[in-house]
Amino acid sequence: MNQNAKRHPWVKFIVSALIVVLTLFLLQCLLVPKYVDGVVEGAFIAEYYEEENKDFDVIFIGDCEVYENFSPVVLWENYGINSYIRGSAQQYIWQSYYLLEDTLNYSTPNVVIFNVLSLKYGEAQSEAYNRMSLEGMRWSSSKVKSILASMTSEESFLDYVFPILRYHTRWSELTSADIQYMFSSEKVTFNGYYMRVDALPAENVPTGKPLGDYSFDDNAWKYLDMMAELCEEKGITLILIKAPSLYPYWYDEWDEQVVEYAEEHGLTYINFLELTDEIGIDYNTDTYDAGLHMNLSGAEKLADYLGDVLSEEFGLEDRRGDAELDAIWDEVIAAYREEIEAQYELYGIDKTE
Amino acid sequence: MEELLELLNELHPDVDFSSREHLIDEGVLDSMDIVSLISMIRESFDVSITAKDIVPDNFNSASAIYALIKRLEDEDD
Amino acid sequence: MLFTSYSFIGFLAVVLAVYYIIPKRFQWMLLLLASYVFYLFAGAEYLVYIIATTVTVFIAGVCIDNNFTRQSGYLKAHKEELSKDEKKAYKAKQKKIRLYWLVGCVIFNLGILAVLKYTDFVISNINGVLSAFGQTGEISFLSLALPMGISFYTFQAVGYLVDVYRGGVKAERNLFKFALFVSFFPQLIQGPISRFGDLSKTLYGEHSFESGTVSRGLQRVLWGYFKKMVIADRVLVGVNTLIADTGTYQGAYVVLVMLLYTLELYSDFTGGIDITIGIAESLGIKVEENFNRPYFSKSLKEYWRRWHISMGSWFRDYIFYPLSVSRPVQSLSKFTRNHFGIAVGKRIPVYFCMLVTWFATGIWHGASWNFIVWGLSNCVILMVSEELEPLYEKFHERFPATRGRAYQAFEVLRTFSLICLLHLFDCYSVSNAFKMFASIFTVHNWSILFDGSVLDLGLSALDFGILAAGVVIMLSVSLLQRRGSVRDRISRRPYPVRFVVWYGLFLIVLLVGAYGIGYDASQFIYNQF
Repeated sequence: MNQNAKRHPWVKFIVSALIVVLTLFLLQCLLVPKYVDGVVEGAFIAEYYEEENKDFDVIFIGDCEVYENFSPVVLWENYGINSYIRGSAQQYIWQSYYLLEDTLNYSTPNVVIFNVLSLKYGEAQSEAYNRMSLEGMRWSSSKVKSILASMTSEESFLDYVFPILRYHTRWSELTSADIQYMFSSEKVTFNGYYMRVDALPAENVPTGKPLGDYSFDDNAWKYLDMMAELCEEKGITLILIKAPSLYPYWYDEWDEQVVEYAEEHGLTYINFLELTDEIGIDYNTDTYDAGLHMNLSGAEKLADYLGDVLSEEFGLEDRRGDAELDAIWDEVIAAYREEIEAQYELYGIDKTE
Repeated sequence: MEELLELLNELHPDVDFSSREHLIDEGVLDSMDIVSLISMIRESFDVSITAKDIVPDNFNSASAIYALIKRLEDEDD
Repeated sequence: MLFTSYSFIGFLAVVLAVYYIIPKRFQWMLLLLASYVFYLFAGAEYLVYIIATTVTVFIAGVCIDNNFTRQSGYLKAHKEELSKDEKKAYKAKQKKIRLYWLVGCVIFNLGILAVLKYTDFVISNINGVLSAFGQTGEISFLSLALPMGISFYTFQAVGYLVDVYRGGVKAERNLFKFALFVSFFPQLIQGPISRFGDLSKTLYGEHSFESGTVSRGLQRVLWGYFKKMVIADRVLVGVNTLIADTGTYQGAYVVLVMLLYTLELYSDFTGGIDITIGIAESLGIKVEENFNRPYFSKSLKEYWRRWHISMGSWFRDYIFYPLSVSRPVQSLSKFTRNHFGIAVGKRIPVYFCMLVTWFATGIWHGASWNFIVWGLSNCVILMVSEELEPLYEKFHERFPATRGRAYQAFEVLRTFSLICLLHLFDCYSVSNAFKMFASIFTVHNWSILFDGSVLDLGLSALDFGILAAGVVIMLSVSLLQRRGSVRDRISRRPYPVRFVVWYGLFLIVLLVGAYGIGYDASQFIYNQF
């Protein structure tokens, strides 16, 4: 070895460089958060890329108001609509836009559904949410642009390129999951849907405090414009929705602005908060956190209503019977049922009620 | 030279200045000694050592100091 | 651009690469360009100050130097015809011209520094006096921003000019080369204050790429990052918590402040200087050492020869000595010796000069009373130990056993405690410093050291463990350094050993370093000087 090294100084160099790159790579795999237990929301964005068939009819984009409130399984089972939710916690509107751009690189859906709550943010509020929305994206120009649009003043682009720089202190809090999921991950959603079966009645929902200024930030509008343009360009129908979450509070003044925007741009806007009776949402049984998010029961009711709208008003065809899709969905549905059973057990719920 | 060694011994009676070569580098003479020495030299030899001459090379040994004094005496002429 | 920012590391990588690619005669120009780019990051509006200093000192230097040439030319040409007195008169006249240049230029440049740095301090004192006399109208502060590194580059430029005036160095005749001397980026933010005679030897030279030199320099940079990021920036969290709440953190906590701050200051400042000298070394440039294992000093006097050497020697060479040999002080010396006898008389003028020097040193560190009191406290301790010197001698004569190693260890410990004590003025306002010190004896809460209270300061048990390990590593390196360069010793080992050592150190900095979100982007303590 020594003799060899003397003869070829570059051998020494290459071997060292390989060791450095390899150890740094392994360390990085070890240190980045795995999002398999506890905070699973960080895992959602990346799961999309694992889908073998990305030929979806409907793509949802947005924050927790999409990924917890609509069940794609119901859309498929009842209407044959093949859908996927690209949602992440507190996904800002520019992140939604670039995520849409990214998704369109893989397939072009007929309908894109965007939840409008994130219009309220003109700039990123938290590094942690940025991380969970951005890290899962595959590298593309969309990801780069999304990072640059999202970074708070304390963040640095390099931390996204080399997450080890961001997570270097995690060595003191590693768990067995960090080793188990170093190179692989486990699915935590069903086509982007994050399931909860437990219920916590919504009582004493605080009404919104009056705001000084109800108009949305120009930056938020800019990305909504871009989203509408992109959809038009690709021949996609853009539907704006507001999920029936009672909190964060959705002001009438905000709603008016969205209604006006939808009219101006010829878009459909569905405010589910106004449809709760029609859909049959019961805030005593259909939410797991007192009105912030739907539980399984609520998400299935919403999906059923939405599926009806999509097939009746937007003429989405029933794709059940397509052998490939049937096979894929059979698998998803099986896992979905399994998870329901497991959660019933976990939360001690008697399913026979 | 004898006179100079006497002055030095007044400062540090326990040091044999005739044999030491690194008075500054070894910390035998500190800045306070230097200042006292300069004013003593001014009186005994009637030469003014200015700040620019206060460099280690000029004070590292008795002979270096003596050489400095001689040089300054010559300059005065 | 902080040393510990990604942008600085990227900047450094680019500079290093380009430096060894371009033709060697352009290397110094690249450094000048890099230094100004570096300065631009701090804010373009500050450039005017450093350029003003560069240009004025450059011109004054050239004029003084020209005067020397003219003088010797004239004397040579008129050797025969001039009498001794005429020559003397001519010389005196020329010297006066040079002195005008020197004084004018120094006043201008120290004036900039003084106005920017001390205006608000003066205003606050005036306001204090006014309100003491019942005046209500307050003068408002100017809140002038201090250009990056102004205390360092101003002193470096002034030192150069004095050296030219004394004839110690020839003036630099290329404005751009001189601009590089003033702005050399590795030492811009926190020194050291280099001498032109030292730095110019290698600063403008042509340096070929040698992997040995470059990696040796970068090894030192890495060591600096270790001290700064693993130790200093970590301990800073605790220090900031402790000194922010003087009501809660008293008694034993004050002892903790002294220890932690002393650790912080050492690892931050020497680490920063390691980075500076290491960068220069990797560029083939020699920057003089600024520290010599200072906490091993056996007296405060020795400490000041080993801590921040370039600053101490600057004050000694450009303030203490000139003042001591100045005519008024020499007359004072004569007067006191005649009236108080040699023993006492010779001390008074020296002590006077020391007071002036330490006052200046204190106020240079910061425009506030705590730094002035800190400087003067140093001075008083130095004087007291000077006065006690004969007593110590007698003590050692009576008890020769006290000349051994144990006693030396005691001296080191004593000096270290003094330094810790003096650091209180760094951490607190003057009145608080005394109050906090007194609380060590009045507040009896030593139990906090053992009951887990120290874990509420923002540092976990793991952090304390890391700090302890860091101290052990730094201490071991310091002890090893007594027998020569540690890097040299490592370099004699086989390649795999060297690889493990340096790559291991890199991984430690990467993983254990206190950087990124969660740690405040801490600044070098000496940055804003």
